[in-house]
Amino acid sequence: MALLEVSGVSKRFGELRALAGVDLRVETGQIHGLIGPNGSGKSTLMKCIAGALIPDAGAIRFADRDLTRAAPSERARAGLSIKFQITSVLPSLSVYDNVLLALQSRDSLVSLLRSTTRRARHESVTAALERFPLRGRADQLAGALSHGEQQWLEIAMALATDPTLLLLDEPTAGMSLEERRLTGELLAPIKARCAILIVEHDLDFIRDVSDVLTVLDQGSVLDTGSVEAIQASPKVQEVYLTRV
Amino acid sequence: MILVLELVLLAVGLVLPLVLDHFWVVLATRIVLICLPALSFDLLWGYSGIMSFGQALFYGTAAYSAALLARDAGFTSIFVIAPACTLIGLVLALIMAWFLLLGRYPPSTIFVALGTLTGAYAADRLARGWYYLGGQNGIPSIPPLTAGPFTIAEGPIYYYLALAVLVVVYALCRVLVRSQFGLVLAGIRQQEERISFLGYRVQHFKAIVFTLAGGICGLSGALAAFHDGFVWPNLLGVLLSTQIVLYVLFGGVGTLVGAVIGVASIEYVSFLLADNFQTFWPILLGLLLLFVVLFRRSGLVGLVVTERERFGRFGRTPVRADVGRGHGSA
Repeated sequence: MALLEVSGVSKRFGELRALAGVDLRVETGQIHGLIGPNGSGKSTLMKCIAGALIPDAGAIRFADRDLTRAAPSERARAGLSIKFQITSVLPSLSVYDNVLLALQSRDSLVSLLRSTTRRARHESVTAALERFPLRGRADQLAGALSHGEQQWLEIAMALATDPTLLLLDEPTAGMSLEERRLTGELLAPIKARCAILIVEHDLDFIRDVSDVLTVLDQGSVLDTGSVEAIQASPKVQEVYLTRV
Repeated sequence: MILVLELVLLAVGLVLPLVLDHFWVVLATRIVLICLPALSFDLLWGYSGIMSFGQALFYGTAAYSAALLARDAGFTSIFVIAPACTLIGLVLALIMAWFLLLGRYPPSTIFVALGTLTGAYAADRLARGWYYLGGQNGIPSIPPLTAGPFTIAEGPIYYYLALAVLVVVYALCRVLVRSQFGLVLAGIRQQEERISFLGYRVQHFKAIVFTLAGGICGLSGALAAFHDGFVWPNLLGVLLSTQIVLYVLFGGVGTLVGAVIGVASIEYVSFLLADNFQTFWPILLGLLLLFVVLFRRSGLVGLVVTERERFGRFGRTPVRADVGRGHGSA
């Protein structure tokens, strides 16, 4: 049984067919890369999995639960966590409070009202900020961070909810080469904690971090397999050589 | 700076009855009591992103309930009236929250604003047309509030009672918005969708705050009914609801203290303008409100309080020194 099983998912926006019967399986402990030309449906698929969009047809099963029409909060509680393409940290809160907000998301209302878990969460917040090099910025407003740092903060927030599957939509977008390299190093150990489904345009980056690749083209799965198999695939080469 | 403002306001509030004559103390009591629904609106809009044009619905319903409890059941004890009317506000707000906030899909800001506005308008019309509630004239001659054998008459005693209630409610609101619960509200205010992707049931948080805000209005409505000695349909309607919104926008949204400053300054300026420009004072007041709301979006409080301070810190802070050491490691 796959951790995430997407079956025949379709999504239209008016006349535009964004997804057309997409099938996808992500296994436990796997980093699964999702690539494809612009407009191939990668981000739409991520949004359907996370609950930001409801598919017109098809099913999304996660950890043996049907989450096709579940609210985003229910998906998050089931173990799905997402970092969107456009960074959405909370700019007027400190970096520390951004991570704390993610960490306390399973706390009871009473403990939130009484503020009893902040002390207990401190080590986890500090560890999350240290894992991504943000500890020195803990007291600063998240909005004051550089774009790359905001990306890291958002990944740290997504991980803080202790997900079973982490969805990363273009985690290195807008990053410098050094930041990309560092992001790759940061993601590798995460694999031991949770599976990752990652959308990325940087083919070198995604080749380095992924165990399995799925290629989307015009809303459909073009091919799926190991990194080596995808690199050797004539269908994929044709798409990337002719359209990218 | 917010703490300084709070302490200054408290000090001024404590000495007012000592330096003012009876007329001004009665006016000040009304101002203190209307601070409570303004606080409730600040909790809603300033901290939770809920636009309510219906706070007067809870305020007025509790005021009418207090009047009926006194007229028809003979209850005038504050120990009955205050909890009963707070409960009425809570329950009514919970029912409204059930319809407006807890649907299958998250409601838009406009939907909630129109829903609350409709509720206030409907209650206003109902009160005007219902003979049992006194119709257009409302319910007059409400007996004084009592506490055991003592009568709480309008004047300094009622003022200090109202001030004590305001201080307690303010302190509770402050604890709420600075708690870890308040951190969630701050997140909802900034990126509601993002918060739901962290696993928070955003609408539940909003419903809790909406209900608490209704309870605050209920308590203040009851105290206002006994203070003024009568209730009338305007306590329920759109006009008062809109006034409450303006108080907070004028004083400064999302600061709590801004709600109090907004009420005090608008009421005081209204009085001065009405005294000096008897025919066109509402136009002057409207222009002043328009100016502040358009050109000073953080309200009067924004003149002295920074954005960072406005958001503040959340929960207990046992670890700041430790976090501070991390600055050197970057």
